[in-house]
Amino acid sequence: MSPLKKNAPRLTRVVGALAEATGMREAKLNELVRIGDSGLLAEVLRITGDRATLQVFEETMGVALEEPLTREGLPLAVELGPGLLGSVIDGIGRPLTELAVRSGDFLLPGADAPTIDRARRFAFTPTISEGATIGPGDVVGTVVERGAFEHRILVPPDRQGVIAKLFAGERTVEEPIAELTDGSTLFLTHRWPVRRPRPIAARLDASRPFLTGQRVFDFLFPIAEGGTVAVPGGFGTGKTVIEQSLAKYAEADVVVYIGCGERGNEMAEVLHEFGRLKDPRTGRAVLDRTVLVVNTSNMPVAARESSIYLGLTIAEYFRDQGYRAAVMADSLSRWAEALREIGSRLQEMPGEEGYPTYLASRAAKLHERAGRVRCLGAGNREGSVTLISAVSPPGGDFSEPVTQACLRVAGALWALDPALAHQRQFPAVDWHTSYSLYSEAMGAAFDASCDPGWSKARATIVELLQRDGELREVASVVGPEALEDPDRLLLQASAIIREIVLGQSAYDVNDAYSPPAKTYRLARVSLELFEAGKAALKKGATYGELDLSGARRALAMMRDAPAVDFEARANDVTARITGLWRGASS
Amino acid sequence: MTATRIARTYRGARAAAGPLVYLSGAQRAALGEWVTLNAPGQPPLRGQIIEAGHDVSVVQVLEDTLGLAPAGIEITLTGELANAVVGRDLLGRALSGAQDPRDGQPRPIGEAIRPLWGAPLNPTRRLPPSDFIETGISAIDGMNTLVRGQKLPVFSGPGLPALELAATIVENARAPRGEPFAVVFCAIGITERETRTFLDRFAASGALERSVLYLNQAQDPTIERLLAPRAALACAEHLAFVHGLHVLVVLADITHYCEALREVAAAREEVPGRRGYPGYMYTDLASLFERAGVVKDKPGSVTQLPILTMPDDDITHPIPDLTGYITEGQVVLSRELHRRGIFPPVDVLPSLSRLMNAGIGKGRTVPEHRIWADQLYAIYARGREARMMVAIVGEAGLSPADRRALALAEAFERELIHQGTKRRTIDETLEAGWKLMDRVPREDLIKLSDQLLASRQEQRAAAKKKEA
Repeated sequence: MSPLKKNAPRLTRVVGALAEATGMREAKLNELVRIGDSGLLAEVLRITGDRATLQVFEETMGVALEEPLTREGLPLAVELGPGLLGSVIDGIGRPLTELAVRSGDFLLPGADAPTIDRARRFAFTPTISEGATIGPGDVVGTVVERGAFEHRILVPPDRQGVIAKLFAGERTVEEPIAELTDGSTLFLTHRWPVRRPRPIAARLDASRPFLTGQRVFDFLFPIAEGGTVAVPGGFGTGKTVIEQSLAKYAEADVVVYIGCGERGNEMAEVLHEFGRLKDPRTGRAVLDRTVLVVNTSNMPVAARESSIYLGLTIAEYFRDQGYRAAVMADSLSRWAEALREIGSRLQEMPGEEGYPTYLASRAAKLHERAGRVRCLGAGNREGSVTLISAVSPPGGDFSEPVTQACLRVAGALWALDPALAHQRQFPAVDWHTSYSLYSEAMGAAFDASCDPGWSKARATIVELLQRDGELREVASVVGPEALEDPDRLLLQASAIIREIVLGQSAYDVNDAYSPPAKTYRLARVSLELFEAGKAALKKGATYGELDLSGARRALAMMRDAPAVDFEARANDVTARITGLWRGASS
Repeated sequence: MTATRIARTYRGARAAAGPLVYLSGAQRAALGEWVTLNAPGQPPLRGQIIEAGHDVSVVQVLEDTLGLAPAGIEITLTGELANAVVGRDLLGRALSGAQDPRDGQPRPIGEAIRPLWGAPLNPTRRLPPSDFIETGISAIDGMNTLVRGQKLPVFSGPGLPALELAATIVENARAPRGEPFAVVFCAIGITERETRTFLDRFAASGALERSVLYLNQAQDPTIERLLAPRAALACAEHLAFVHGLHVLVVLADITHYCEALREVAAAREEVPGRRGYPGYMYTDLASLFERAGVVKDKPGSVTQLPILTMPDDDITHPIPDLTGYITEGQVVLSRELHRRGIFPPVDVLPSLSRLMNAGIGKGRTVPEHRIWADQLYAIYARGREARMMVAIVGEAGLSPADRRALALAEAFERELIHQGTKRRTIDETLEAGWKLMDRVPREDLIKLSDQLLASRQEQRAAAKKKEA
């Protein structure tokens, strides 16, 4: 295509991440376009006559008018297949490790590389035989990845036919693995447009808990596999630490971690740590089950917007293989801000706080991509996508549009509170504002799977914390000494519960991950302590005669003990509880 | 991308408003392209294209546009992007935000020319920050440790000594093993008096020769404020990643930077966001703050210490708010402590260094550093709660435990936080903290294990023996 041709596509305007071009009469909405000799990637947002408005996924500094454009004909899609696990890709699917090899330490516009390495070979083992009829979503074979993960190779959702020939053994992603009788071929990978949810057979109800390994969530505000939760919090309340803890320890087969508009150093830390840390259930490196989608705050804003969809599509792909995928999106506010930035450059009519009016509907749509499903294809596979999204409300004010848009669709709220963070209560979850719509169903599930007393203990602690809030308000006026003895005991007991049961250090080797049995035991023992105290008061003890500090220290030691010492420590606490009041035996 | 194209000259602009000049029919104008504007009988002006368009291109003019007649000017599109001259020879020099000499010496030649708009660092090439920087300030070294490659802003208020704190840090900061160290100081819209104070202290302490200064003062053109920090960071990146220096970049004051950003956005009639600041301010600030870090296989590092003034001490104002979301923690100054004569008046309760854990502990400071800091924090937080109670029930209404907590909080402020301009080593800081904890009854030291306390007793006994 000669750039001199009169109606050839060319640039007529560049401002920020937005560009306009003429000669685009044939263009389609959301079609990809390459700009100039360096081939910057852009997407069509609007078409008016032969003019099109584009959002550019790369840095536009230095892009000049009249540069020629090439239309790609297809929307933004991601390559799905073996090789994704353990990789780091940006918001448009470029592998960042490979880009560093090609263009050095800094990300230069126009640099490109395929998502999955073309030279890498994967051992393909077919699970069907020649002559088999295949339909959308069927498993044709497997590739064992990163030592132990069984990657199931799927028939793309839009393909079907009869297998004529299979090619087992070492294959690259460019070599066919099967030939169909109609002459077409299947590969280890296929592409899927990121903005289109992958099809499923049926939606299933949310009945199984999504184990986070964090006591405050599993015990007080549990979520279901396939559920969604919004985690809003001002800066310094520990959103990212929570997202990282969940990525490390939550019970999921695959984790897609989306660093959307966040810090570069955090991503470096995630990469470093996830490679080193072991998944407590499988003993393999956490990185082996993780796909990192990284678009830090200084990387192009349009790719920040697409990174969320890209990550969700990858999670859906693993879901379709019959796995439990979890998406950690940090943070949706940056995604919304990218929408706002592009919307305002498009001179759209702004809604609340300058955000585009379609913020709520887009947020709803992306939350609905989570869920537990029966997968497309033979074999009745079940899979799920659980979505945990951090939200960064300006000034920590939850009434702002992004938090509100998420809350309308999310199944749970884990509200982070700066006051708790200042008190160094971590995770700084405000138990008065947080909620989970799944808590009843999950309580029943824990009663069945962990201990029949789970729901009851939870209800008691919720009530205790509620009363604690009221009493502390009173105490802040009259001083704690002025309270009745039972109330002082309650304050002390709930302080212990807050510190020992709900508080959990993400950096403690033994306590960063708490299995349900440990969570329940700690809660139970704390309640026993409270009950013993109440009984002593009834028998005539005064608050001042109770020795709670010994039990408290024993509880802390029980919490921080390695798994092998846990029982011994628990017995120690029970002994302390018995000796709570010296007058008791007399 | 930045392929130098030939310069094109046009006569007459379509419109001018404030710092912006609107130009029509500019062929092949590129976003960010550097422009010169010549008006008869006036010194040449410089600018840059912030919107390239067939119908109209927008030029943001660096200098004052007073008296500019758009119809008569001659506009040259240079074919180049805005650049920064960088090199070791800039050490000891003072330049303006537009990189003109401010020290009466000739223009620096430099070793390389770097684009002012630095490309983002590939996240996979970052090395997680892990070495601590001894600033000599207990509130920072002990409680909110600064780590190499970190960006840790100082949240100040009008009239609080943020610049004095920055100057003290610049004078006292040391790399842990005495590695080569440099300072890049970028003044953004600060007053003559503030600049003077800072420079005098620099000169007196001998810090000047290991420093590069970019000075955009209050009376200098507003637009320069948007360029000065970028020139400073380009220079810092060069010193760090080419020469292997550990560079501390001080940016003062980010509030002036954000106001310049708002000014340009308003001149372009953009849809304003919160409090009139543009919706892309987060992205724009990130493009500054994210230029801190350590790169794999490269010896140097860039650490940032941006200073910002919270309007009306409001931490929820968009400027501190967005900054806090990007940076790795914050050091918050307190008016109350300042009034009581505490220097530096750092309030450790809302302060936080997110990377602290990576920079302390065994092999870096001391193994028990984290517990030490947590315990002191808890003691102080308890005392501050008691101080609030005093306001309600009066001191007489306090329980003995609360009264003790109150006294400890006072001691914490007077003995640990307050240090004047005296430098403290990390060991001195830790010792000051231990001395405070010696006065606390055992049952209140809930975070310390018996073992740790025992080893502390032994240490003390050994020290006493040595003295004797």
